[in-house]
Amino acid sequence: MIPANFTYHRAHSVQDAIALAESLGEEAKYMSGGHSLLPMMKLRFATPEHIIDISKIEGLSFIKEEGDLLKIGGLTTQSEMEHSKLIREKYPIFSDAIKLTADPSVRNVGTMGGNIAHGDAANDQPALMLAMRATIVAEGPEGRKTIPIDAFFHGFYMTALEPADVLVEIHVPKAKKRSGGAYYKMERKVGDYATAGVAVYLELDDSGTCREIGIGLTNVSAVPMRVDRAEDLLRGKKITQDLMDQAGAMAAEDCEPTSDLRGSEAYKRSLVHTLTKRMLNKALERAGQ
Amino acid sequence: MKHEITLKINGQSVSAEVDSRLLLVHFIREHLSMTGTHIGCDTSNCGACTVLLDGKSIKSCTYLAVRADGAEITTIEGLAAEGTNHPIQQGFHDQHGLHCGFCTPGMIMRSVELLKNNPNPTEEEIRWGISGNLCRCTGYNNIVKAIQQAAGEMQKEKQTAV
Amino acid sequence: MFKCKTSAEVGGMGHSVKRKEDARFLHGKGKYVDDVKLPGMLHMVMVRSPYAYAKITNINKDSALAVPGVLAVITGQDLAQYNLHWMPTLLSDTQMVLPTDTVMHQNQEVCAIIATDRYAAADGADAIEIEYEPMAAIVDPFKSLDKDAPLLRPDKEGQKDNHIYHWERGNREKTDAAIAKADVVVSERIYLPRIHVASIETCGCVASYDKDTQKLLVYLTTQAPHAIRTVVALVAGHVGLSEEKIRIISPDIGGGFGGKVPVYPAYVVAIAATFLIGKPVKWIEDRSENLTNGFARDYHMDCTLAASKDGKIQAFKVKTLADHGYTDSSANPSKYPTGMFSICTGSYDYADAFAELDAVYTNKAPGGVAYRCSFRVTEAVHAIERMVDKLAHKLNMDPAMLRLQNFIKKEQFPYASPLGWSYDSGDYEATLKKAMEMVGYDDFKKEQAEKRKQGKLMGIGISTFTEVVGAGPSKDFDILGIAMFDSAEIRVHPTGKALARFGTKSQGQGHETTYAQILAEELGIPYSDIEIEEGDTDTAPYGLGTYASRSTPTAGAAAAIAARKLRDKGKKIAAYLLEVSEEDIEWEVGKYFVKGAPEKSKTIQDVVFAAYTNIPPGMEPGFEATHYYDPPNLTFPNGAYICVVEVDKETGSIDVRRFVAIDDCGNVINPMIVEGQVHGGLTQGIAPAMYEAIEYDDEGNVLNGTLMDYLVPTAVESPHWETGHTVTPSPHHPLGAKGVAESPTVGAPPAIANAIIDALSPLGIEHLDIPITPAKVWEAIQAHS
Repeated sequence: MIPANFTYHRAHSVQDAIALAESLGEEAKYMSGGHSLLPMMKLRFATPEHIIDISKIEGLSFIKEEGDLLKIGGLTTQSEMEHSKLIREKYPIFSDAIKLTADPSVRNVGTMGGNIAHGDAANDQPALMLAMRATIVAEGPEGRKTIPIDAFFHGFYMTALEPADVLVEIHVPKAKKRSGGAYYKMERKVGDYATAGVAVYLELDDSGTCREIGIGLTNVSAVPMRVDRAEDLLRGKKITQDLMDQAGAMAAEDCEPTSDLRGSEAYKRSLVHTLTKRMLNKALERAGQ
Repeated sequence: MKHEITLKINGQSVSAEVDSRLLLVHFIREHLSMTGTHIGCDTSNCGACTVLLDGKSIKSCTYLAVRADGAEITTIEGLAAEGTNHPIQQGFHDQHGLHCGFCTPGMIMRSVELLKNNPNPTEEEIRWGISGNLCRCTGYNNIVKAIQQAAGEMQKEKQTAV
Repeated sequence: MFKCKTSAEVGGMGHSVKRKEDARFLHGKGKYVDDVKLPGMLHMVMVRSPYAYAKITNINKDSALAVPGVLAVITGQDLAQYNLHWMPTLLSDTQMVLPTDTVMHQNQEVCAIIATDRYAAADGADAIEIEYEPMAAIVDPFKSLDKDAPLLRPDKEGQKDNHIYHWERGNREKTDAAIAKADVVVSERIYLPRIHVASIETCGCVASYDKDTQKLLVYLTTQAPHAIRTVVALVAGHVGLSEEKIRIISPDIGGGFGGKVPVYPAYVVAIAATFLIGKPVKWIEDRSENLTNGFARDYHMDCTLAASKDGKIQAFKVKTLADHGYTDSSANPSKYPTGMFSICTGSYDYADAFAELDAVYTNKAPGGVAYRCSFRVTEAVHAIERMVDKLAHKLNMDPAMLRLQNFIKKEQFPYASPLGWSYDSGDYEATLKKAMEMVGYDDFKKEQAEKRKQGKLMGIGISTFTEVVGAGPSKDFDILGIAMFDSAEIRVHPTGKALARFGTKSQGQGHETTYAQILAEELGIPYSDIEIEEGDTDTAPYGLGTYASRSTPTAGAAAAIAARKLRDKGKKIAAYLLEVSEEDIEWEVGKYFVKGAPEKSKTIQDVVFAAYTNIPPGMEPGFEATHYYDPPNLTFPNGAYICVVEVDKETGSIDVRRFVAIDDCGNVINPMIVEGQVHGGLTQGIAPAMYEAIEYDDEGNVLNGTLMDYLVPTAVESPHWETGHTVTPSPHHPLGAKGVAESPTVGAPPAIANAIIDALSPLGIEHLDIPITPAKVWEAIQAHS
């Protein structure tokens, strides 16, 4: 399998990338890790005329806590997340997800920004971003912009990013004493896209009441989705097994899976129900409940 | 469009003119005639094409040659000095970790990074660590043992060095 | 157990010597077909059909020929000028090399693009314009025989419908009668879906015709180079390719498993292309082409097993519908269209059995191949082993006890099976008991009872299978009439080192080591002094190749007998050297000595040297021997596998907690290699049991033609296998050995299926077809609650 001809351009800076994208127009695509785009090009499902390689841009690979935020550079690879002591110790939700994403060699190349910017509801990071209410920072021809995650995913493989925008940073809330997150997906075998996946992030107050909660789902809708109704149910309450079950039922009802090789619609809804309960339990446990 | 690239492969500096779309695996196999790196699936699932790029395992069938400009690449041919075995190669030999040999170079290159990141892995960590490399012959038991043996040997070497 | 006769240094049978072939593979120096680069070599890419069934109304070559680097487009019409557009299959059917007017399955080869490099060839394939007129495809084999079904093969004279053949064996009346009067009868339709061997190396070739010498050289991913040479001579003889001018080289092979037995159309096109263009042509299959062409299984089996109320099995009957795709291109060397399916009566002693099968055409890829088993044995074993479990469930008996009660007893061998095989040897009871002890069967039974009280789903599954390998006796097997012997040719050089060549071809089995060990055992020459060669038809003796676990049973036997011929010659030389009569010479590994005077001896090396330097008067010089071995019978390895699983009721997830495999493959040549083969076979057993199936939609489109969706297990899915052995030598094999590499692929799927179904049985679930996925388990649970 060989990709069709295209012209490769290397961007040396974000500004360089934006200028290239603007001058090359619609037939240009950014490539960071390339593990979503290049397979599609090899199958000739995607035939861009220009590829702008942003992977060599300096300064977009970092993981750091600043103020109330954890900031992740757009070009940070999944492996860098996996091997980060900070992430392993304080943000286990990322470790949960990354272990289940593709395989170590792919994760050495695949970037956090790419996983999100691809706009694919089958990727794992979008559900985490939704659950954690991330903010996406992009640089574009008009300068820097911050996009709340709820305004980021527009449609099937469509995001709020304009063609010349580069996803430069991801902001999620800094881990707190009583916050916790968890992710799991059912996959047919290791490295597969999710049959269904659920990300839960929550913050408790001192009394153990749920102050904030996010539930994001993987691969059970055309667009990465959160489960508002279940979040509303749990917010402001002490989360009991019964409430978790109700939240799971809501998530199962609200998601929009389709039957395919991974399983029937009913099976996927049931998985969403079960995994929502299980991830709520795990997140609560991690929040010290 | 052609691009001038210069990279180091197995310690040797190489310059070449490559097309934008040339895949790294074809550059290695056909331009450099190092055929130890194999192609098994085209979709980055099987790992037969695994090489080290700046010390990290990557799937060279899903990587553009032009992107490797300036990189240091190690393939199976460059893992050990002529006539010697890297401890992982020795482990695969001693533990019968290979049958047809087709997945072996990729499996070994992946294992190099696995042991670099985790010098003393559990069986489960090894299994997850090689989960991007398919083997159809061995059933993996002996690959796990091979990597365990290599881990032990490399730990010993390290201690002796200290 | 087997006791080694040789020292570790000599490395004869029973020694786990490390493999001689490893060094080149460990350093990336293996030579596979895609590593072959010949001067002026061109690249070929096949253009394939997007439709399962369509008329080709037009092929416009111009757009492809306009692509820089594209030199030629070859269509079926082009081949038709040379009458090369069809080829015969092994089973008297015909297969298109390239179509002239109709495509019969999705991804069928439509035409070939020849270009200066693979990138240009791919561009040419993308650019070519082909017009199709799609037709309604037959996908469901049960609808293939409907009255209004279109006739898929009007090209075949006398073909009135889509039925290919009917086959039967056994006594229908007696079996029906036994079933009618039995106390207990269980029935099930069992489906084994299409799967693909998916060796990590795909198929390919480099074909090179030299106009000056008129020699055709083909580097080919083939498990059977000699057979292919003969096939090419028969297919292309009319255009001047004569067998002595054809050289097939099967270099290092990246896994075969049966998938590299057939002659694929692209091989023939590449040969035609080099013949026409005069330059070497390389074709390397991509993974999607690989997964969507050729297949194993696709048997729908209606099974009935009858027993007395106290659990004595009395009769087995199975009626099968086989989906062969658009042609029966089975890679099956037996005289029976269903291969060795009639092993389906299993490891149990009863008198009445009947098996019948009807095969039909559909708009799917042709096949089948074996997927690491003797042809159609996995189907047979799955049928009987599932049914025995179902019977145990119905009788409320422990499946282990039911098996022990019904086994063919050790002293009944050789055992004439109801469907006509003569099982050579076995001790089924000992094998199962060993497996039960190793896994801790009784403890698991107790744990299971506890878990069931808590509503948890835990299952224990057993499979006690009998394999049939080593094709095979010429009464049962041939390829195009050629008997299924295999061969060994040994040349011992004056310095006592040897070169031996074989008609088989290793694809990872370790022949370079194990054959050397056989010769070491027989001659006492250290295995490390013996070079083994295979795969080049210009140098190796004629043989039928490696598949169906036949190498040790046939070529291994040939090696032993050829070596014994040499030993006999050596005895004469030793007698001459020691100045005694031949009757006074005795042999122990590595040396000849005078009876009663062991200090008077000559080593094998002394004797070999004398064969070139000090030849007894009248004796032919040299120390070489060849043997072609036509086995008197097949070998019947067997095994007992026990699998323990837990099932997550909510998600359907299946956790394989333990898997114990006890194999009996007779005497073992290299325990390390045998264990490795068993591990590999087990992973290729769990693969179809839980992960792999080629899925089609109603229009005949393959839904999972890449390794993203065709789920080859990784090290994570593959359990930590636990293995062990019993040893019941084959009485008719010169070394007492049997084949082994396929037993686990045959034996594991029913053990796993039985375990999962056992876990689900409290819910009333009695059967699930493989692959048993979490989604399938969940659906079954919903249907039963």
